[in-house]
Amino acid sequence: MGDGQRMERRRAVANDRVARYERMVEIRAFEDRVQGLFAQGLVHGTTHTAQGQEAVAVGIAAAARPTDLVTCTYRGHGIGLALGMTPEVILGEIMGREIGCVGGIAGSMHLCDRELGLLPTFAIIGAGIPVAAGAALTAQVRGTDDAAIGVFGDGAANIGAFHEGLNLAAIWNLPVVFICENNQYGEYSRIDLTTPIEDLADRAASYGIPGIIVDGQDPDQTVEAVGAALAVARSGGGPTLLEMKTYRYAGHSRADKAEYRPEGEFERWYERDPINTFRARLESEGLLAAGAAEEIEQKVAARLEAALRAVEESPPATVDAMFGNIYASA
Amino acid sequence: MVRMRMNQAVAAALADEMREDPDVVVFGEDVAVAGGPFKTSDGLLEEFGPSRVRDTPISEMGFLGMAVGAAASGLRPVAEIMFIEFLGVALDMVVTEAGKFHFLSRGAFTCPMTVRASIGAGLGFGCQHSQTMENWMSHAPGLKMVMLSGPQSAYGLLRSAIRDPNPVVVLEPRALYGGRGQVTTGADGILPLGEARRVREGEAVTVVSAGAMVKVALAAAESSDDWSAEVIDLQTLIPWDRDGVVSAVRRTGRLVIVEESPYTSGWGTEIAAHVGARLFGELRAPVLRITCPDVPVPFGRELEQRYMPNPGYVTDQIDQLLATGRTPDPWWVGEGRRA
Ligand SMILES: Cc1ncc(C[n+]2csc(CCOP(=O)(O)OP(=O)(O)O)c2C)c(N)n1
Ligand SMILES: [Mg+2]
Repeated sequence: MGDGQRMERRRAVANDRVARYERMVEIRAFEDRVQGLFAQGLVHGTTHTAQGQEAVAVGIAAAARPTDLVTCTYRGHGIGLALGMTPEVILGEIMGREIGCVGGIAGSMHLCDRELGLLPTFAIIGAGIPVAAGAALTAQVRGTDDAAIGVFGDGAANIGAFHEGLNLAAIWNLPVVFICENNQYGEYSRIDLTTPIEDLADRAASYGIPGIIVDGQDPDQTVEAVGAALAVARSGGGPTLLEMKTYRYAGHSRADKAEYRPEGEFERWYERDPINTFRARLESEGLLAAGAAEEIEQKVAARLEAALRAVEESPPATVDAMFGNIYASA
Repeated sequence: MVRMRMNQAVAAALADEMREDPDVVVFGEDVAVAGGPFKTSDGLLEEFGPSRVRDTPISEMGFLGMAVGAAASGLRPVAEIMFIEFLGVALDMVVTEAGKFHFLSRGAFTCPMTVRASIGAGLGFGCQHSQTMENWMSHAPGLKMVMLSGPQSAYGLLRSAIRDPNPVVVLEPRALYGGRGQVTTGADGILPLGEARRVREGEAVTVVSAGAMVKVALAAAESSDDWSAEVIDLQTLIPWDRDGVVSAVRRTGRLVIVEESPYTSGWGTEIAAHVGARLFGELRAPVLRITCPDVPVPFGRELEQRYMPNPGYVTDQIDQLLATGRTPDPWWVGEGRRA
């Protein structure tokens, strides 16, 4: 739970493809577990899970430094875990317990970890886009070689903050990477109902910045793309828009069974499931021995059981946490 | 002390903060090359250069969002909103993002950004460029908000706002930009946030005002030989100086509030409710709010002047309060309108 463990988790993902695989398995199992807890009525409120989008999360975490600030959305459990947050602090937040990363006063949509570079995650569509540009402005004004990353959904590409944020970042040549997780849906609406073009990366042309389509189901490609865009940003080359084509396996939020999806769509995407295909690749490269994947699954399951126990033992959020951080003192 | 206009006092406060802290940056529409639509950032680009003083595109949501991100990561951005109405397209960034970052990070992040916006009627800009809109921001714990009332107030409060570790909205009555006054600059000229300032002593009544209405309240107080009014410049609307106002009203037993905004849901409503609840039984008269009517700001010169409380009207209202012990009707009742 301590700092050391979180940084260790981050380093593992940065340095080791098998660790990335393990983290993807962890994210999938975590999100399944969260959905189960909600279904059992053990958690109140809502939640947005990211099964199917694990390769995007680890790609970001592996390529970014902890000093590169990241903004992301309410669909943030996977990115939080990938960046190095532990299952217990995220589950604790989801369940409103003191152990949660924000002390249980924020909930599933609002994760935060300053040391790992995660700004409070945004529940307002698009808001994190200009905020990421602002974090990049700090790096530019101070002359550091940090960069910022703004992660958002396909739906966010239609809100004004997207246009204003990308335009500003472009004219000021800010060190920021914009990552659109195109999971094909905004709430219950398929992207083609809300957006007249197929590739959101095309919009980068309006701002005179590179727009690159990335296979968001392949963690090797996501790491590579984020790393390359960050390198451009750090060296003064300005912003990049990466469109990660991915798929949201679950419904939009806890109550949504996603019955609006056309028949066969999920199955087609599942054929290229990011965890299964990465596992096969690692096995064929000899990096995962026979039985190793099963061991990882068992390890992850045990880890999540321990996390759930730690959360259950943690008291509910305190009144002190509610009143404690409204205003900062000088 | 230096004699200057309020817009020059704003620029002086910005320049002094920028000299003392290299993390202070200024951006907004036409603030750099042009020195600001109201000349509130004149000379900053020349002294501090294009990295710290930037003209933005017409993107209020974008550049206020950037202020949030820049503030959370270590800068102290000061963003200018030309007319408060333009904050409407970017309110999320102030109310829902900046004001929540400290809370949502369990104190790990602070958001020391300043949003300056010009406000108010009196210059014939019509109803989309003349509102004060302070109540857009007054219901969001995590934010602070001040209202300037003249050159010293501008210099002193703006410096405190920039230094404050929280997001602070600074409301600047546009009609006061050209008004001159003596200003103490430097550390001695800094005014703390959260404290009201007594600008006139008096016995019969406590008049609480803010922004452009401070001058109006003062002129009203000066004009009466029948009663003496204590005048308070609230200065910080959020969090307002509850103790200071309550103890002042306890002394005089009467509270009059003068506001440049519509009657319904004005900042004075909050003061009236709090003081009325705290001092019930000690008050010698009901709380009187002197406000604008519930209409959009009219354009024509005479109507626009009538819309806002003026010294003669304030004096008359206080006369009636003291004579009858009851709150007088506002002027528009005489025009057959609802109180
Ligand atoms: C400004 C705003 N409008 C509407 C919503 C409600 N809302 C929450 S999630 C969502 C869909 C967003 O879709 P997308 O950007 O694709 O992200 P995804 O949920 O697929 O990750 C909507 C409309 C909101 N949170 N903020
Ligand atoms: Mg989506």
